[in-house]
Amino acid sequence: MPSRFQAEFTAQLKRYYTVYTGGFLSFVVLVGVLEMLGIPNRALGYLFLFATILLYAGIGFMAKTAEVSEYYVAGRRVPAVFNGMATGADWMSAASFIGLAGTLYTAGYDGLAFVMGWTGGYCLVALFLAPYLRKFGQFTIPDFLGARYGGNVPRTIGVLAVVLCSFTYVIAQISGVGLITSRFTGLEFGIGVFVGLAGILVCSFLGGMKAVTWTQVAQYIILIIAYMIPVVWLSVKHTGSPVPQITAYTSALPKVTALEKEFNDSSTPKGAAEESVRVIYRERAEAAAAKLKALEAGGAAFLAEEKAKLEARMMELKAAEVPDPRAIDAAERAVISFPIDPAAARAVWNRDSGIGAKAAPVKAHAEAFAATGKTPEEVEANRTKAKKNFLALVFCLMVGTAALPHILMRFYTTPSVKEARRSVFWSLLFIFLLYFTAPALAILVKFEVYHNLVGTAFTELPAWVWNWAAVDKTLMAISDINKDGIVQLAEITIGGDLIVLATPEIAGLPYVISGLVAAGGLAAALSTADGLLLTIANALSHDVYYKMIDPNAPTTRRLVVSKALLLVVALTAAYVTSLKPGNILFLVGAAFSLAAAAFFPSLLLGIFWKRANKLGAVLGMLMGLGITIYYMVQTYEFFGINAPLWWDIKPISAGIFGIPLGFLGVIVGSLISRAPSREIQELVDHVRYPNLEGDTSPVAT
Amino acid sequence: MQLTQKHVEYWNRNLKMTGLLLAIWFVVTFVVAWFARELNEIEFIGPLGFYIGAQGALIVYVLIIWYYARYMNRLDQEYGVEEGEND
Repeated sequence: MPSRFQAEFTAQLKRYYTVYTGGFLSFVVLVGVLEMLGIPNRALGYLFLFATILLYAGIGFMAKTAEVSEYYVAGRRVPAVFNGMATGADWMSAASFIGLAGTLYTAGYDGLAFVMGWTGGYCLVALFLAPYLRKFGQFTIPDFLGARYGGNVPRTIGVLAVVLCSFTYVIAQISGVGLITSRFTGLEFGIGVFVGLAGILVCSFLGGMKAVTWTQVAQYIILIIAYMIPVVWLSVKHTGSPVPQITAYTSALPKVTALEKEFNDSSTPKGAAEESVRVIYRERAEAAAAKLKALEAGGAAFLAEEKAKLEARMMELKAAEVPDPRAIDAAERAVISFPIDPAAARAVWNRDSGIGAKAAPVKAHAEAFAATGKTPEEVEANRTKAKKNFLALVFCLMVGTAALPHILMRFYTTPSVKEARRSVFWSLLFIFLLYFTAPALAILVKFEVYHNLVGTAFTELPAWVWNWAAVDKTLMAISDINKDGIVQLAEITIGGDLIVLATPEIAGLPYVISGLVAAGGLAAALSTADGLLLTIANALSHDVYYKMIDPNAPTTRRLVVSKALLLVVALTAAYVTSLKPGNILFLVGAAFSLAAAAFFPSLLLGIFWKRANKLGAVLGMLMGLGITIYYMVQTYEFFGINAPLWWDIKPISAGIFGIPLGFLGVIVGSLISRAPSREIQELVDHVRYPNLEGDTSPVAT
Repeated sequence: MQLTQKHVEYWNRNLKMTGLLLAIWFVVTFVVAWFARELNEIEFIGPLGFYIGAQGALIVYVLIIWYYARYMNRLDQEYGVEEGEND
């Protein structure tokens, strides 16, 4: 495309999205006015969710297309900056938007594995893949494997791996969509899933990659605004400066560290109060452990005896000369809630004996690889374990980033190799904006909790605490354990997802900003789900149907097949999601390890090592993928085998075994069979040089 | 087709730069994380080890990619392998 048209196109896009951003901000102000007029919060929540979904649908409708190259790669004319925003939205999922700050709040330094892993991977994308894949210039990742290694076997394994890792990932996203819609509108989880799904489908169905690209740009703008406003406000409130990314470290973190020390030092008033709560936890845990022991020895007889004791106590209270109604009430409740059989008793007391964990000292936020243990040697051993797992997780997340097909596909859509290189820079810059804010947000909220919430009287708790404790006990639970009427840190239980969701209220912002944050979370989950579903459907329709089943299929039929498959995949994904299969964070981590082991070795060596051939690729992908799946199935508790860990590596980092084995497979397989043909070697030269004179490579079209 | 001496040189310079940037990436990620506890003893905008993990490394990643794009886009022109009609 002549550059004059491209320049005009870029200028036009800039105008559109500037107007769009202005329009969106006015919409937020308008909702704010409605709030002041007394419209109830629930209605504002609906307004936000449906207005944004309608907006995405509108963009999707305007971008409808019947052209193959527009449907698969957005016509290859997405300018670097806009491809960067689309990649940002494609990349940042509900886990990044809502979960990340929460993980950092609870895990401190150790949570940084996600921050580094999910950004540093772009260095690998930029250095090893994006420019070369762009020069190759086809439609999907299996396309590259098929052309580079020849034959249908590498392509088929590629398709299987695309489906496997994208499907695992998309389930996590659709769960996120369901959670957000149900929390902010009160719809049921299952219905929330399908409402969100409708939002996803209207975007991608009509216009494929073209529609998804322009909606993702719009979604990026919403999600970054929604993330920034509350954090900046919170920073102004606490530190008087609107740059949380600096003040969190210079002003809030030292205070948090000082408070942590105080909480752990029982010679200070705050430390003594914390200790009094911890003593109670320890006693409860010990009592529960003692009862468990007695239960194992005495069985049902012991249970009956315990119950009789409680009943006698109740009778005694009732027979007293001056009956105390509150004490009688409590004793009655103790009798009613007493476990009915040994199995129930075991469950309750097992849970109670676990409460001892709450009696542990406060972990220092900035401390790397914090570990506990009975002896100094044990502490050191546990610390080494934590360090190994941290590094392994960072490695898997980075390599996985550089192997997830829905991200790599985005670099097919730029106009040139040069723009592809720039586009990786813009992608990471836009992702960076959120990722370097999340650790600051975690510190600011921690400061709020440690400094303001702890020490407050229970009669004067701030409203946000009550609101969230009422919505969901796993997000916020608080009770006066030591009955001193004052909040201690050990009396608060906070679920990670609370951090981002409650920030607007903590900062004292109106409800409209809470609605904005929900819309931002929805944008993050929808945009990622969009990209993933399209990737799966394209791999099936383009690689399986067009390339393998019917290479003579006319354009219209190819697109019909694509769209039909998109529907089928989306409905299957929604159905699987409604069954709630496992923990979201694990699903996400698993997708990264799978993608890393399956694709990275054969993609990288396919470009950088001319000798790599078909047998090598097949062997590498199968070995990498095989060992990763094997390790996960063997060690992840969901599958129920629980085999011993290898070198203490947790199942989420299974790719640490799969990636090296994948490389080994490609190298060994290639060396024991013949070097690839001259045409293939020329294809490698073709992708290495942005423009090669006299280039005769067959795919140079 | 046969690659000219110039083409080979272009590719070698690309490999050299890729290797150099990859080494920086490796140090700032894995070496720094390995010594995070020791680095936390140093104060720089908060404990240094923590700060690099939360922000410093990310800034370096962005700079690596920015520099690579600039370097390669110039190298393309120097060796006459840049694309023609695009901007």
